[in-house]
Amino acid sequence: MDQPRTARTYLLVLLFISLRGCGNLLLAWGTKRLPTVLGVHPAAYLQSIFDPAVAAGIAMLIFSLFTRMALLSIADLSFVLPVTAVGYVLAAVLGKFFLHEEVTALRWLAAFLIFAGVAVVGSTPQNTTKEALAK
Amino acid sequence: MKWLLVAITVVATALSDLLQSYELKRAGEQSVSARGIARLAATVARRRYLILSIVCLAFSFFAFMALVQSQPLSFAVPASAASFILETIAAKLVLREQVGPRRAAGTLLVLGGIILLAR
Repeated sequence: MDQPRTARTYLLVLLFISLRGCGNLLLAWGTKRLPTVLGVHPAAYLQSIFDPAVAAGIAMLIFSLFTRMALLSIADLSFVLPVTAVGYVLAAVLGKFFLHEEVTALRWLAAFLIFAGVAVVGSTPQNTTKEALAK
Repeated sequence: MKWLLVAITVVATALSDLLQSYELKRAGEQSVSARGIARLAATVARRRYLILSIVCLAFSFFAFMALVQSQPLSFAVPASAASFILETIAAKLVLREQVGPRRAAGTLLVLGGIILLAR
């Protein structure tokens, strides 16, 4: 296995998960404070961007988008999807500590399943289309 | 309204990911250094599939934003993960990725975890 590339892949995964987790948290916190309900009104979305928490959340999500693009340039989509799912566990943990959402025993079991799945997928080759593209 | 927002998020996310994965493999290895991001932004601006993927992502983003405002983050995030199945099947059929038994089993474990997380 190509060690530097594997290390680079997991570094990008870590960066992506952190940025997305914090970005989503800021977005959720910011939008919940807004006086208007978001839905089908474009003006409400534009207005929401001026909220500092929403703006910071959007900036972090944009950077996370670039990080994920870099990840997709070197790894399979079917590899990236499950491996970055650790972010769902992070979302639940951040939701518990910052938004006071409930995290039950069932959710901790869910976290275990996600980590186990990530470990299994992580043991497969990260890019299986290189040969196909080279042809 | 809640499920309509979930559906828009899921379909738009799947389309965006497929387009990005296909086009970025063709564009070559990218990085997230300051120069790397500038190069990546230029690559996005030049390739129409990547531009289309950003449009899909915008639909997905605004639907998700409306979802997190009205629902707990611990519902909105796992619910939008339904794109997982759709994307893994498309990765095998459209992108010709090798989704073997080990990767499929790991993906199902993760999906099971995400569904449990939403309960």
